[in-house]
Amino acid sequence: MSQDSQWPVWEVFLQANPGISHKHVGNVHAADAEMAIQNARDVYTRRSEGISIWVVPANAISASSPEDQGAFFEPSNDKPYRHPTFYKIPDGVKYL
Amino acid sequence: MEDAKQLEAFEAKIAAGQKIEPKDWMPEAYRKQLVRMMSQHAHSEIVGMLPEGNWITRAPSLRRKAILLAKVQDEAGHGLYLYSAVETLGVDRTELLKQLHNGTAKYSSIFNYPTLSWADIGAIGWLVDGAAIMNQTALARGSYGPYSRAMVRICKEESFHNRQGYEIMMTLAQGTPEQKALAQDALNRWWWPAVMMLGPSDDQSPNTDQLMRWKVKMESNDAIRERFIDRTVPQAEFIGLSVPDKDMKFNKETGHYTHGPINWDEFFQVIKGNGPCNANRLKARADADKNGAWVREAAMAYAAKQMKEKEVA
Repeated sequence: MSQDSQWPVWEVFLQANPGISHKHVGNVHAADAEMAIQNARDVYTRRSEGISIWVVPANAISASSPEDQGAFFEPSNDKPYRHPTFYKIPDGVKYL
Repeated sequence: MEDAKQLEAFEAKIAAGQKIEPKDWMPEAYRKQLVRMMSQHAHSEIVGMLPEGNWITRAPSLRRKAILLAKVQDEAGHGLYLYSAVETLGVDRTELLKQLHNGTAKYSSIFNYPTLSWADIGAIGWLVDGAAIMNQTALARGSYGPYSRAMVRICKEESFHNRQGYEIMMTLAQGTPEQKALAQDALNRWWWPAVMMLGPSDDQSPNTDQLMRWKVKMESNDAIRERFIDRTVPQAEFIGLSVPDKDMKFNKETGHYTHGPINWDEFFQVIKGNGPCNANRLKARADADKNGAWVREAAMAYAAKQMKEKEVA
């Protein structure tokens, strides 16, 4: 550990209202999880933006790489039959 | 060559209005310029807390005090969003603060002026935050994702800063003759520094073409300055104050105000470190950093100890 650290980085996820998912809003520096949650409250919810906070150590997150974006997501591009609009249903048929 | 192809793809992406994200390929000059701009911006937010913090204990009422505290806390938050945005480019915050404290990184020239009276707090919110909003709403449309998102968030919050400042000025301007004189005096002292804080005029500002094409800069300094002046002069007139520029005139043909000559020598002197408060601001920052070091260390030691106890249990 360095002599004078600015503390590890925690990524912050905020739930804006009950019933919806937590969304990434940014990050904070903190010595531990409890402090990360308090700092996240002070930095990201000063105007009632949230009702629940998750914090995750930034180095615990793995991400897909932008260079491989095309190939990586390709498998879903050639399967239009996964979408309901792929199927032609006659006009008279209801509730389908 | 690989680089030429990557550069082409990068520029096409920007031209199409897409954002560049931290892991995307980017030219070194783009990365360097962003680190410079964003860190300068982050430093400005936290150094900007100092002139206003100066008046928290002397705010004229509890209402004003609570508002000023909230505003200064917002500025700390803005500093944090921006330091985070710089860190996405792989520069550690410890390193950024070191650059601020040893003078290699700059911050906005405006914060090197003193806050001599309560009216200065009004002038800062109205003029300095007002000018900053002009700049930041432009930057919110910039190409670098993390910077652009930080700007959107900041702009939402700046509007409160701007309005509370104008309200302070309006209250003073409608008060006793002495109070009105305080407001006019603050406007006299902050007007030119606010006009200058939007940066050197276009003919003195190098690299602008490439930065505009890469959407690092969205508008020229002079264009933003013109908008600031056009909006602010009528706001001053409305509350019976006048900007300290005898050449300020509305030009009916262009629809814009024309202003008198700007003292760029003063601007460059302040940037170089010769403003009234440069030494004082840097010392306050360096002291805060030094005096807080033991808190950061103790918190890390406590966190490590808690972690160990958890493992044993």
